[in-house]
Amino acid sequence: MTKPTPETLAHTARRARAAADVDQAAPRTATPAVPAVRSAAATQVSGAGSLVRSLEALDVDVVFGIPGGAILPAYDPLYDSTVRHILVRHEQGAGHAATGYAQATGKVGVCIATSGPGATNLVTPIADAYMDSVAMVAITGQVARPSIGTDAFQEADIQGITLPITKHNFLVQNAEEIPRVLAEAFHLASSGRPGPVLVDIPKDVLQASTTFSWPPTLDLPGYRPTLHPHGKQIREAARLMAAARRPVLYVGGGVLKAGATDGLRRLAELTGIPVVTTLMALGAFPDSHQQHLGMPGMHGTVAAVYGLQKADLIVALGARFDDRVTGKLDSFAPDAAVVHADIDPAEIGKNRHVDVPIVGDAKHVIDELIAAVTAERSAGRTADLGDWWTQLNDLRNRYPLGYDEPVDGTLSPQYVIKRLGEIVGPDAIFVAGVGQHQMWASQFISYEKPYTWLNSGGLGTMGYAVPAAMGAKVGKPDTVVWAVDGDGCFQMTNQELATCALEGIPVKIAVINNGNLGMVRQWQTLFYNERYSNTELGTHKHRIPDFVKLAEALGCVGLRCETAADVDKTIAAAMEINDAPVVIDFVVGKDAMVWPMVAAGTSNDEIMFARGVRPAFDEDDI
Amino acid sequence: MTMHTLSVLVENKPGVLARVSGLFSRRGFNIDSLAVGETENPDVSRITIVVNAESSPLEQVTKQLNKLVNVLKIVELDPQVSVARELLLVKVRADRSARSQVLETVNLFRARVVDVAPDTLTIEATGTPDKLDALLRDLEAFGIKEMVQSGLVAIGRGSRSITAGPALRAA
Repeated sequence: MTKPTPETLAHTARRARAAADVDQAAPRTATPAVPAVRSAAATQVSGAGSLVRSLEALDVDVVFGIPGGAILPAYDPLYDSTVRHILVRHEQGAGHAATGYAQATGKVGVCIATSGPGATNLVTPIADAYMDSVAMVAITGQVARPSIGTDAFQEADIQGITLPITKHNFLVQNAEEIPRVLAEAFHLASSGRPGPVLVDIPKDVLQASTTFSWPPTLDLPGYRPTLHPHGKQIREAARLMAAARRPVLYVGGGVLKAGATDGLRRLAELTGIPVVTTLMALGAFPDSHQQHLGMPGMHGTVAAVYGLQKADLIVALGARFDDRVTGKLDSFAPDAAVVHADIDPAEIGKNRHVDVPIVGDAKHVIDELIAAVTAERSAGRTADLGDWWTQLNDLRNRYPLGYDEPVDGTLSPQYVIKRLGEIVGPDAIFVAGVGQHQMWASQFISYEKPYTWLNSGGLGTMGYAVPAAMGAKVGKPDTVVWAVDGDGCFQMTNQELATCALEGIPVKIAVINNGNLGMVRQWQTLFYNERYSNTELGTHKHRIPDFVKLAEALGCVGLRCETAADVDKTIAAAMEINDAPVVIDFVVGKDAMVWPMVAAGTSNDEIMFARGVRPAFDEDDI
Repeated sequence: MTMHTLSVLVENKPGVLARVSGLFSRRGFNIDSLAVGETENPDVSRITIVVNAESSPLEQVTKQLNKLVNVLKIVELDPQVSVARELLLVKVRADRSARSQVLETVNLFRARVVDVAPDTLTIEATGTPDKLDALLRDLEAFGIKEMVQSGLVAIGRGSRSITAGPALRAA
């Protein structure tokens, strides 16, 4: 992803105005984050017209939203616009759909809501996008300027509410500002460390008469993301990489955001260093690659967890040493020197002491690391990683990801998910909710390509899957999109299936229905003496709701599968249906647990391979 | 823990103070003193923040502050090479019997009397926090009826200016 300076937009504009000229002096900032800048001479429009014209000029092809009083003026020009509006059933759905769209396409996802409850319903997806650094622009109506601060009907201070969960937000004060604010919002959302930006527009500003011209000049004097890493730090990192005996590349979502996956593969293969990819980075490095140890963290593979834990060098690329990865922080990777590369300087050293800090875009960082490592190698400086690989391969062989078939004869959720991945294949996009099914989907589906795995990593938002899958399918209509959801998650946002049915968005939903809030139940099993307080949902015992009937009521095809023998053919039947959304109710056993596991707050050294089973690590081994 | 004085140059726009102060509380920092005002460039405001923190968490909060889009520049002022002042207004009990003694203290601290009532004097003083503390200790004996203090403002010594430079071409 290219990250231009704030001046780029204005520059591109000048070029657009003089389209015939070839501007030799153009800075090499490449494609602007604000795409397809079309110039437009000043024309008289309403504020709402200016908003819609701005969205068109920003090359927005789809927005997800719900109209209401304060935003209503915007819906009138939207009626005639080239921008497709998808009418969702709940604003939370609009927000997650925008996220799914952005994560699948790399473009900015846009959602629209009215003031007050419309805006507050966006809070969860905005917080979700903030935690996972998703380029999202949320546009909200606000009560008219004279009513602001009077507790007017449907008034909420959404700018104040979203201060801690947006990269930036705006309350538009004059209609003249609309094009500039929109352009700034898109630039902020998509450049540097991406994130959600909210634009709150009072109703009277939408109704006011103004002039629209494009492009505007961005005015962001305090915003200068660092894209190019410092050469000295890169050389120092390469020197450590060439000397380390037990190095690991710790790859986070930033590598996907930067579009640096090809470079990552070259760097990994050049150095032979083992790779771990976090929950947010699955797909950044092929799961099937020899050098891939899997996902680290609370439910990571034994090899990945121990690889980091015993490393003498961790090279973190676009990752943030999240507590789910590090376990108890002060016992994390005690012998490792740390190279930490991130586009956000505030991430560097936030949780873990860093030996070589590198601020920059992961693509530039990786490209420059490849050059620097190549220089080290041509100078004859390489370390033999043979012993390290022997240890790691031994762990991989002894402690592969796996599961036991349920003793009560119920359908195994892991089997369902594994077969889904095998049958559907690596070209599909998989979108998960949050909980056991999410972890199994991260473990038992093989991700070979970037942007094929979407989930709510940082915030852990139950209900993410259905609307995010909808957004992904809208962005990638020719790609098969599967949501792997839990029965708890599914009941939070399944109303968006009505949207999918009516708007022609044929997503496929695999509900891993164990009748319980499974991950919470797992913790009750392990840490609360099997006292199952408020985790049973009744989707088994009472079949309330009946997901097949629910799917049909929402205009989808509903299928049910209760035995291992039916798994393949039910998935195949769903794959045959391309003109409607499909829901499969996989009725699975409730006692399956996610393993391996590092219990919250404990050290990664305490990883459990299965209940009561600690991996046998001779200190001599490691 | 040590006191740190941060000069934060921000765009002079509505809501910026809320963004800055909110960040401190969100990250678990208590602001000891805060002062905001325009600079020589009316598009740029300067927020002086005094915060009591270890240096490593302070670095984190400074980095987070730097990420705020409206923040232009942050400089930590070294007390050795900067001038720092607070303003104090204090209403002291001073009837006829005590008045001359109060005025003696006022003169000693090079403070000024800005309002006179039959039984009180209102005194204005500027200085470092230490000096104002000393003044207040002295005045306490007479009886302090009311007082108000500004946040600390501070500026680096010498000819260099932190508001110069490309970051602040601004608006």
